[in-house]
Amino acid sequence: MSLQSAATGQHDAQEAAPASATWDMDPPRLGPHAYLTCFKGIVWREVLRYLHQRERFLSALVRPLLWLLIFAAGFRQTLGVSIIPPYETYVLYEVFITPGLIGMIQLFNAMQSSLSMVYDRETGAMRTLLVSPFPRSFLLLSKLVGGVAVSLLQVYAYLAVAYFWEIEPPLYGYLTVLPALILSGLMLGSLALFMSSVIKQLENFAGVMNFVIFPMFFASSALYPLWRVKESSVVLYQVCLFNPFTHAVELIRFALYGQVDWTSLAVVLGCTVVFLGGAIYAYNPSKGLIARRGGPGAGV
Amino acid sequence: MEMASESQRHTEAAPALLVKNVSHRFGDTLALDNVSLEVPRGTFVVLLGLNGAGKSTLFALVTRLYDNVSGEIRIFGYDVRRRASAALQRLGVVFQSRTLDLDLTLKQNLLYHCALHGIRGREARKRTARALEIVGLSDRARDKVRNLSGGQARRVEIARSLLHRPALLLLDEPTVGLDIGSRESVIRIVRSLVDNEGLGVLWATHLFDEVQSSDLVVILHKGRMLFTGSVPELLATTGTKDVSNAFRAVTGTTTTELAA
Repeated sequence: MSLQSAATGQHDAQEAAPASATWDMDPPRLGPHAYLTCFKGIVWREVLRYLHQRERFLSALVRPLLWLLIFAAGFRQTLGVSIIPPYETYVLYEVFITPGLIGMIQLFNAMQSSLSMVYDRETGAMRTLLVSPFPRSFLLLSKLVGGVAVSLLQVYAYLAVAYFWEIEPPLYGYLTVLPALILSGLMLGSLALFMSSVIKQLENFAGVMNFVIFPMFFASSALYPLWRVKESSVVLYQVCLFNPFTHAVELIRFALYGQVDWTSLAVVLGCTVVFLGGAIYAYNPSKGLIARRGGPGAGV
Repeated sequence: MEMASESQRHTEAAPALLVKNVSHRFGDTLALDNVSLEVPRGTFVVLLGLNGAGKSTLFALVTRLYDNVSGEIRIFGYDVRRRASAALQRLGVVFQSRTLDLDLTLKQNLLYHCALHGIRGREARKRTARALEIVGLSDRARDKVRNLSGGQARRVEIARSLLHRPALLLLDEPTVGLDIGSRESVIRIVRSLVDNEGLGVLWATHLFDEVQSSDLVVILHKGRMLFTGSVPELLATTGTKDVSNAFRAVTGTTTTELAA
């Protein structure tokens, strides 16, 4: 075709005109613009899907509010919180657990999107994502960012409601917490992504709740300061310290007051790299776990 | 095999799809045993096989869900492992399971898939409109997928697979679960893409009545390729009068096995 067109001086596109409405023999090179389009498309789909699932939208807001309005109110008198950084005065228990609840929102969201990925795997939505001509790690990362975007919507909706419940971090805190939220969202999301590739049968959400969400949530600094935990059990204290979720919560807690907890930042960054690396490896077409197990959705 | 020489040719003349000496193993199960097949440009190739024949594994390998460890797979000359992006840009797939978001509209679904191929803005809207036109669903663009019938949803899947204008289309049991009318319209749409637009199509099915005499047929059975050639050749080789009997003769299966 190219020889002929060179000889006749005709343009390729012209020659291919009758068929070009249906197919492209020479598709355009995928430049930075195309990458950006793909990225935005994937993120936008996650957000659109979320906004269309009213139940998910509501439960993501109601769950932390229940903890805040009922659990925290009940616990307020039982648990005295001393002045620990980043707080400069005595704070209400509600104020103390807000970063923990934000972490919980992100944890739930990550696990839910991981579950939806398993579901996607069964239906084929994951398959269409993976036949996109972009590099697979880029596709997975885009999907991950989409999940984080959804969690940001949830967190800010929660903070907006909580504001009327005397959870009033400094105004700049709403801005400084953003990078922390993105990081913690990425860490939890990549953990969930890794799980979605390794665990073949994430049958229902109850299993994930019992074996992942609850242990991570309770064995962390989300509901009680760690010095309190240490008083009752040193072992549990150690477990909490090794729990990446603790560090996600602490990162958020300090960021909400314009401060950086460097240890937590390092742990969250490190965990993100490890989990994400695992997920990308698991989805790698030649080395990954999917190739070895014959999934997703590919029976013999 | 005669198709071996095909891969030697320049990309310009390469077949739409070339699968050569591909084997694939899951643990102890040999899902594909030295399979070779070819989809020439502008040809409708039927991949006939029962459940468990290895069709899904073959599709997973061609769509690069995981890599082939032996043999080679080329799409218009581009190796799916080494030139994955170039190969995938020329490939459209209709998966057996549904891939659309039920709560989003047809248009939202299709625009998302445009984005997956880096197509945006006016061009994306143009292609979405054109794809819906091809499958006859232009008037439903703003409806949610949930409100479509099974056959209509299938047609949207075809529209989806055409957005990046692939010259090779893979369809995995595309008519399963459809009523007769929907089946016919899906088959008609895809055949017209082959006849009028010159697409190469690999159509996996276990329904023998979907085979036409002008098609090429590949019979896959228990991971092995037992026949490849035209329908008249198939009938002549087996000395049978129809594809269904020919399939039985080639694979040695009984009527009860076919019904299963």
